[in-house]
Amino acid sequence: MSRRIVILGGGTGGTLAANRLRRVCGADVEIIVVDRDDRHVYQPGLLFVPFGLAEPEEIVRSRRAQLHDGVDFRLAEVEHVDAPASTVHLAGGETIAYDVLVVASGAALLPEETEGLGGAGWGQEVFTFFELESATALAAALAELDRGRLVVNPVDMPIKCPVAPLEFCFLADWYLRERGVRDAVQITYVTSLDAAFTKPVASAHLAGLLAAKGIALETEFATGQVDGAQGRLVSYDDREVPFDLLVSIPLHGGPAHVGRSPGLGDELGFVATDPHTLQARVAPNVFALGDATNLPTSKAGSVTHFEGDTLVANIAHHLAGEPLEPSFDGHSNCFIETGFHKALLIDFNYDVEPLPGRFPEPHLGPLALLKESRMNHMAKLAFQWMYWHVLLPGRDLPGISPQLQLAGKDLSQLPTLQGGPR
Amino acid sequence: MTPETLEGTPVELDAEGFFLRPEQWTRDMADAIARENGIAELTDRHWTVIDFMRTTYLDTGSAPSIRSLGKLSGVPIKELYGLFPKGPAKLAAKIAGIPKPRGCI
Ligand SMILES: Cc1cc2nc3c(=O)[nH]c(=O)nc-3n(C[C@H](O)[C@H](O)[C@H](O)COP(=O)(O)OP(=O)(O)OC[C@H]3O[C@@H](n4cnc5c(N)ncnc54)[C@H](O)[C@@H]3O)c2cc1C
Repeated sequence: MSRRIVILGGGTGGTLAANRLRRVCGADVEIIVVDRDDRHVYQPGLLFVPFGLAEPEEIVRSRRAQLHDGVDFRLAEVEHVDAPASTVHLAGGETIAYDVLVVASGAALLPEETEGLGGAGWGQEVFTFFELESATALAAALAELDRGRLVVNPVDMPIKCPVAPLEFCFLADWYLRERGVRDAVQITYVTSLDAAFTKPVASAHLAGLLAAKGIALETEFATGQVDGAQGRLVSYDDREVPFDLLVSIPLHGGPAHVGRSPGLGDELGFVATDPHTLQARVAPNVFALGDATNLPTSKAGSVTHFEGDTLVANIAHHLAGEPLEPSFDGHSNCFIETGFHKALLIDFNYDVEPLPGRFPEPHLGPLALLKESRMNHMAKLAFQWMYWHVLLPGRDLPGISPQLQLAGKDLSQLPTLQGGPR
Repeated sequence: MTPETLEGTPVELDAEGFFLRPEQWTRDMADAIARENGIAELTDRHWTVIDFMRTTYLDTGSAPSIRSLGKLSGVPIKELYGLFPKGPAKLAAKIAGIPKPRGCI
């Protein structure tokens, strides 16, 4: 009897999972991907749009075209999931029954959860580069900025690609310098965290880079209100940061349909997921990957890609009635663009924070961890090609293991190996 | 680790004053920790948050973030900042006798 795998979301995770499952599963398994639109945005490219380093149309492709033969694409809005009945309800009333469900619906931006955000000044003095339309509008505003205060503010964690707002600061410093107006523009990075980043060793490096580039750092700022009319951010404890141009990264929540599906999500609407097997807590035949999960690792395409390995193996195990493998370790790998044609690279997992060293070959590299280099920048740019041609088709990245490797890392910088490395 | 005595009982705290062993905490200690951190008196609203923090930690092994507190504790975020100035999630965790909340990524 034929069995059906339904995948919600045709972004990074849904596409790579569908293509891998198509290869692994026999012809008696039907695979359906559901997405609300057919515009697949290469999200890392959004960072470059405001600086004119990428054109909007360059980073968008058809979702359907990324899916291999034998994968069905359904253009529809998911309404909710009825896990006890193993059905997905689509807007318009249609339902699809599944044997296995994969939730890969990403994270949602929630500007409406912050007072004033999306209101006065939106599109004039207030922008985000986390979606294409605003990133494009921001390019025009940045091109005109020649003095005043530029403020970059991720409202709170978790966000996709937690280093992206820092990268934005570094690129803004470079861009304004190229335009000869850097001395007249003050750049301030305002964060809810008590440091530049969540992990101590990387935080120290990144704070050093901010300081070296003359970018001010304002920490423990819990944004309560964005006052676009007056040009100020106001925190819940009544501190104020004035701005002429604000680049805001709105709060993120899980996909709205998860919140409407009993038992599927946590209080922020992210899918409650086992951190090592990727099985959802709600039912044994539901799995999740990517930004939609509540896992304590980065919301990043690289993470989604590494999760793909574990996810596909475990769906095959589930269909065969075998025990699942707890093989996902939280592995995350991010380039951090630092401007002037250089980038940093960080590599970490649930237990081991980013450390200096070489990657992917221990001691050889060619990439340097936690250190600026031109090679890292070249690799970041090359990644766009890899995304469409290696990652989405569900192939392995050459030389890069889904699990974190400790060889080649400087472990002396680690105060304690929390939880013990694997 | 700083060995300390609270309300006459020895407790194990980390360098920032968070409990390493939540079972050593008593409700009387909460008042003392609050005073040390500039909160003169714990009201019922404070206790709503403290009890919620502690129960969540004991049930799930991790402390809720401010956003989760705002959604689940029944106390809105603005009021949380009034009750526990500066960092409500951290300060409430300290008073509730649980380890320092781990920031999410
Ligand atoms: C500015 C920026 C820079 C980034 N840079 C990097 C980087 O350098 N490196 C890196 O690794 N990662 C980066 N990322 C993160 C990366 O893009 C995401 O982590 C990745 O895309 C997550 O994949 P996903 O499949 O979980 O979600 P997505 O790729 O976002 O896909 C989710 C899909 O679900 C669909 N969907 C949601 N709800 C519904 C519904 N109700 N009905 C139908 N369809 C629905 C959406 O339309 C979407 O197609 C960046 C992200 C941003 C925003």
